[in-house]
Amino acid sequence: MGNEHNSKLHTLSVLVENRPGVLARIAGLFRRRGFNIESLSVSTTDDPTISRMTIVVGGDDATIEQITKQLNKLIDVIKVQDHTGEDVVERELALIKVSCEPEKRNEILNLVTIFRASIVDVGASTMIIEITGTEDKINAMLELLRPYGILEVARAGKIILARGSKAT
Amino acid sequence: MGIKAAEALVQTLIDEGVEVIFGIPGGAVLEIFDAIYHHRDQIKFVLTRHEQGAAHEADGYARATGRVGVCMATSGPGSTNLTTGLAAAMMDSSAVVAITGQVATSFIGKDAFQETDTTGVTMPITKHNFLVMDAKELPRIIKEAFYIAKTGRRGPVVVDIPRNISRTELDDDFQIPKGVSLRSYKVTLRGHPLMVKRAAELIASCSRPVLYIGGGVIASEASDEVKELAERCHIPVVYTLMAKGAFPDEHELCLGMGGMHGTVAANMALNTCDLLICVGARFDDRITGNPSEFAKVAKKIHIDIDPAEIGKNVKVDVPIVGDAKIVLQQLLEIVQPKRHSSWIEKTAEWKRNYPLTYKQSSELLKPQFIVETVAKLTGGSALVVTDVGQNQMWAAQYYPCRRPRQFISSGGLGTMGFGFPASIGAQFGCPDELVIAFVGDGGFQMTMYELATAVLHKLPIKVIIFNNFFLGMVKQWQDIFFGSRYSATMLHGNPDFVKVAEAYGAVGMRVKTPDELQPTLEKALEVKDKPCIIDCWIDPDEHVYPMIPAGGTIKDIILPPEQRHKKEELLADIAAVYATV
Repeated sequence: MGNEHNSKLHTLSVLVENRPGVLARIAGLFRRRGFNIESLSVSTTDDPTISRMTIVVGGDDATIEQITKQLNKLIDVIKVQDHTGEDVVERELALIKVSCEPEKRNEILNLVTIFRASIVDVGASTMIIEITGTEDKINAMLELLRPYGILEVARAGKIILARGSKAT
Repeated sequence: MGIKAAEALVQTLIDEGVEVIFGIPGGAVLEIFDAIYHHRDQIKFVLTRHEQGAAHEADGYARATGRVGVCMATSGPGSTNLTTGLAAAMMDSSAVVAITGQVATSFIGKDAFQETDTTGVTMPITKHNFLVMDAKELPRIIKEAFYIAKTGRRGPVVVDIPRNISRTELDDDFQIPKGVSLRSYKVTLRGHPLMVKRAAELIASCSRPVLYIGGGVIASEASDEVKELAERCHIPVVYTLMAKGAFPDEHELCLGMGGMHGTVAANMALNTCDLLICVGARFDDRITGNPSEFAKVAKKIHIDIDPAEIGKNVKVDVPIVGDAKIVLQQLLEIVQPKRHSSWIEKTAEWKRNYPLTYKQSSELLKPQFIVETVAKLTGGSALVVTDVGQNQMWAAQYYPCRRPRQFISSGGLGTMGFGFPASIGAQFGCPDELVIAFVGDGGFQMTMYELATAVLHKLPIKVIIFNNFFLGMVKQWQDIFFGSRYSATMLHGNPDFVKVAEAYGAVGMRVKTPDELQPTLEKALEVKDKPCIIDCWIDPDEHVYPMIPAGGTIKDIILPPEQRHKKEELLADIAAVYATV
């Protein structure tokens, strides 16, 4: 969708009624209108009747405007906000399992310290590293770990909150 | 002792003012039908022959009356049979509530007998849907369903009720909920004052304005406001198929329908105007052709109740989200009278030079002649319902309408088989109106089983079949674009429609020549207690003109054969305007 040249990633924060089927409605809307979800994170908020979806989606301005308007049309959607370019705290979480012979442990430990990540599992020849941060930070960590042999990666979708008293 | 949820459901429907429900019973809705039986004095249940008929009937009722149309079906095949009708209602923003049965909650997800994921299936073809999992919530959900269906941009809503839910007894203190409160559903009715002001400024400064009105004008009952604006500011009016009747065809400022089979004057005005005021329309591809070339010299004002329509297909200069009637009233508070005499004269010249036209024949029955004759005999006051295809376009072109809700047609989805059942729904909603259904021989056969319903309820609908033994509109495209290779468009095996009518207990008539037409129609109009099928054998080679091919522009317009020698003049008119910008 949209023109590739001015297409960029947007982060939408969507508050929805916490009801069965809401995720299907949102996923269905993206599918049938040809929008593509880059990442998605869903959980309830402090109000158990409301869930927050953080959706990362690519597109030009017109496409993002359509997505926002179409989301707003869904009866179960309470609020949609595009936080792209705003002052927000954004985080992703990744679990990275690397192959790690005992003699390499210190090298990896150094990397983990530099990235302020943590080691959550150590096996005979493997290690699981937990890292949170921006997408760039996680990508950088992955690049540095690659020479040791990455066995498996699980990444959670991006979540954001607006800084200060501004609501997300 | 409390009442069952099914009884509460029916009481809530009565509270909503429902007087008629179209549908078919089945296992999962037996409890609801028993409750309907107890209230048969208050709610008429119309048993249809197929659920698709029920959905179109509810839709036709809604479009003819402005009220919510209600249909009902059982789980599984009952609900899937409704889907074509729901999709048609969705595309044309028609307020329909469909109540479907579902397997018992303990069986959901187990592939039980007659189980279909109805809310899943209907999600993209409804404005909203509900699966009721708690009997206590049923009355509230019904109120919400009606509220959602009839407010904002209207649309169909499905309420799916598992059979054990409708059997559940509610507490003694059951009361029908009064209001509806939905924190996640808000409709903007008033236009932003700054945008309204900017629209008024554009109207004040333009020299070649056009009002382009759509179905939203009918939904919001804004016809008077459109007329006031058009007359006060001397603005010609182009309507979409969905808005036919919203502005009188006979009005001197009316240019007729725009788009693929619209008039030359309408399409020339749309494409050479310097200000396009779109009210309750959505720049559909059947109007715009190639959207990037459409009305490209014009500033555009877009008034729509659905924010998502603004900027969806065409970029606009002044977006106004709001109810058409209210926004037009806001505009009328500030716009000053003005005249555009030379522009109006130009549009009048197009009307004179390029009228809708066809070649009359003394032997062959021309479909346009049929519509003209029907219009003459009915004084242009009948409630006209059409099917889809050539019949639809000829009816739209040649039947002059003068009031909203006078013309009902499946525009967005283009549902063949819509016309006849929709005319039944319209007749239920407007028992005193003369209802005429224009259908083709192809589309009529898709839903003609509803003759049983029409006969049973003594509905005096006149069904006029344009019988060309072809799927006519597809044939027309094959004639123009595919060297008349009639791949699967010849309707060999058509039944004798007169006998079909008689077999159902309706009146059947046949017309094969122009001479027979008027006397036969006169006889048909005298039938007051049953449907009348008039099987008209029309010239199979007749085409609908003018025609702007799909994705084309005004420059690609195919004029009627009699006017083709004048195309250069049209192109010169377009070039003259485009040269100035």
